[in-house]
Amino acid sequence: MASVAQAIRMALHYGEKHLGVKDVFGQDVGAPLGGVFTATQGLKTAWNTPLDERGIISMAMGIAMTGDRCVAEIQFGDYIFNTIDLLKIAGNTLWCTNGQVELPMVVMTPVGAGIFGSVYHSHSFDAWASRLPGWKIVMPSNPLDAYGLMLAAIKDPNPVLYLKSKALMRHKGDELIPGEPADEKELKAMIDKPVQNSVGWKARWPDLEEYIVPIGKGKITHAGEHITVVTYSRMVHLCNEVAEKLSHEGISVEVIDLRSIYPYDWQMIKESIAKTGRVLFVNEDTEVTNFGEHLAYRTTQECFYQLMARPRVLAGKNLPGIGLSPNLEKNSVPQHHDIEVAIREVVAEVP
Amino acid sequence: MSKKTTVKPAAKAASKAAQKAASKAKSAVKAKAVVKSAKKVTTKKAGNKSDFGGLSEDLLLRMHDLMVKSRVLEERVIKIYKAGEGFFWIGGPGEEAFGVPLGMLARKGQGLEYDWMHLHYRCTPTMIALGMPMIEAVRLMMNRATDPSTGGRNFAGHYCFPQWNVAPVTSPIEVQYPLACGTAHAQKRAGHKSISIVTGGDAGTAEGDFATCLVWASRKGQELPVLITVQNNGYGISTPYEGQHGETQIADRAKAFNIRSRVIDGTNPVETYIALQEEMDYIRKTGKPSFLEVKTTRLYGHSSADGANRKTDLFDPVMEFEKKLLAAGILNETEVKKIWEIYEEEGIKAQEQARGEPSPAAESVWDHVFVNNENADWRKF
Ligand SMILES: Cc1ncc(C[n+]2csc(CCOP(=O)(O)OP(=O)(O)O)c2C)c(N)n1
Repeated sequence: MASVAQAIRMALHYGEKHLGVKDVFGQDVGAPLGGVFTATQGLKTAWNTPLDERGIISMAMGIAMTGDRCVAEIQFGDYIFNTIDLLKIAGNTLWCTNGQVELPMVVMTPVGAGIFGSVYHSHSFDAWASRLPGWKIVMPSNPLDAYGLMLAAIKDPNPVLYLKSKALMRHKGDELIPGEPADEKELKAMIDKPVQNSVGWKARWPDLEEYIVPIGKGKITHAGEHITVVTYSRMVHLCNEVAEKLSHEGISVEVIDLRSIYPYDWQMIKESIAKTGRVLFVNEDTEVTNFGEHLAYRTTQECFYQLMARPRVLAGKNLPGIGLSPNLEKNSVPQHHDIEVAIREVVAEVP
Repeated sequence: MSKKTTVKPAAKAASKAAQKAASKAKSAVKAKAVVKSAKKVTTKKAGNKSDFGGLSEDLLLRMHDLMVKSRVLEERVIKIYKAGEGFFWIGGPGEEAFGVPLGMLARKGQGLEYDWMHLHYRCTPTMIALGMPMIEAVRLMMNRATDPSTGGRNFAGHYCFPQWNVAPVTSPIEVQYPLACGTAHAQKRAGHKSISIVTGGDAGTAEGDFATCLVWASRKGQELPVLITVQNNGYGISTPYEGQHGETQIADRAKAFNIRSRVIDGTNPVETYIALQEEMDYIRKTGKPSFLEVKTTRLYGHSSADGANRKTDLFDPVMEFEKKLLAAGILNETEVKKIWEIYEEEGIKAQEQARGEPSPAAESVWDHVFVNNENADWRKF
């Protein structure tokens, strides 16, 4: 099975071969490294930029303005903050020009904690991103979705932010990408640059097929009856594991992997809440002000009379950073235990 | 809010002239004739070669005509603002001698074979030289639904004309500079001799995005065909140039990046025309960037924020050029009067017409958040 990094690489290869991607660029994205997480190794159109995040976003905007397709990378989400007004401009360009200027660009960046990356390699960006109207925002949790969401992002005529979890980059799923060889070792031999003697190395790409995960469509990753847990990206795995554990005690948890932050799959959330009457929103961005809060607000507006308990948001603590020591990180962003406690609380609540 | 035009002397003169003319149609025909003859570029050289750099009389006349048109339009738009029929004014009076030649020389069209323009909010002269009718600036000022640039959504001077590769003008200072590198990258790849042109202010060069443009345009072996220009009018709102800069000339900054650069007198249309032509030729030939610092003026101050009143002590590039053409016998007083009148009339008519046009509908706020008006309203997900 491919890792998330390999899946992104294969999606970008599919993009440059079949979907008109002419540039994949960012810091260390081109040869020799192919990205600090190897997500751009071996790509034909990948190139290295100066160490200049604002330049990268501007470049992508200029290229997109001409109609050429590109995927730009900000090396770590932690460094996308100094491009925020450019992201704002990219998001408002179509609107400001009354529909005249489209920016079909993808910006991908690794986000979130889970790798003990300390203060400047653990930032989340989902809540910030959700405040950039005009962008679509996706956050895959597994390789197949990573592939399908990347193809969807490339094909989309709007700017798309592709937020990839740092901690999931080496995560392997349990579903094959269409065209991917079943044998992991075979895939590795084909598309991973050898650590030694890599001079002249070229990727041999599998014959990949188009596979789209539509932007805005979630997925139920664990079906249940007693409570709905809405999450995305890395937290999907923690929530699934807790759901699995609690199922042995007779607590039936429905986990929704939202996959897209904007547009988001409200119908899926609503139907699930109608069934369970209880909901917990989980993500690792800071709690003030959090995207989960928006969903919780909407839940009270539209599902109030179906609720058996107060909706809850479990998010990262409102701290200036995530400390390096595991004790600090684990007490900053939700862990299995926190999710479990929160689920038990909501389930135990009686109206 | 006055519903009537508030134009005082100029408008009166224009309407008197219009009355005197046998009919509206007649004046329109005359206007066309003035413009038409000016459009024909012949090889006939102007009288005093040293004053006009060997440019043909027809070219000089066309330049003058467009400069006047741009000035009259800006003054009209200021009047619209002062009459309370628009909310905010910012624009380019004082930049005509640079903006007009730039618009004349750009390869105008849509797509990678043509030049891309990333202009700042003082670019009305360039837009006029590209062929923008006056009414389009008026519609923008009066936030009409018919405004082709923004549909009534953005400020004066914030033009967007994709049919001529004119990128949307933005309010954040200096972001247009690195965007020009993006379009230049695509142009270079496409293999045409087209270039990207960027304009902006002197105070704005303190922004990091300006440095970004110098870095990205000049990487060795990967140089980009960008014409980087700075309109140095000596002020950033109220902050004078002196005290904000350590460099002797802004153009000197290009030297560190091996970008060819020079300073030109942007109040002299002949000097700018020739310099722009040379630099554009160089960029098309080499695929490398070039940098022009253009000394210019800000005749009506920064914007309506500081009153938008005429600074009478400043050098007026339009009037000075006109004086030169009169002195050389290339224009005569009657022709000059006629040109100003024709455009005054066009401006007034544009205002009257735009006034009668619809405002954007309130519910159109949701239009164009996403391409093809895909639903962007979360209430409807
Ligand atoms: C990023 C940013 N900061 C501040 C402003 C507010 N502002 C508008 S115009 C201006 C001065 C610009 O001066 P200069 O670059 O010299 O251009 P000029 O308007 O004088 O031609 C400022 C500070 C802005 N529009 N964008």
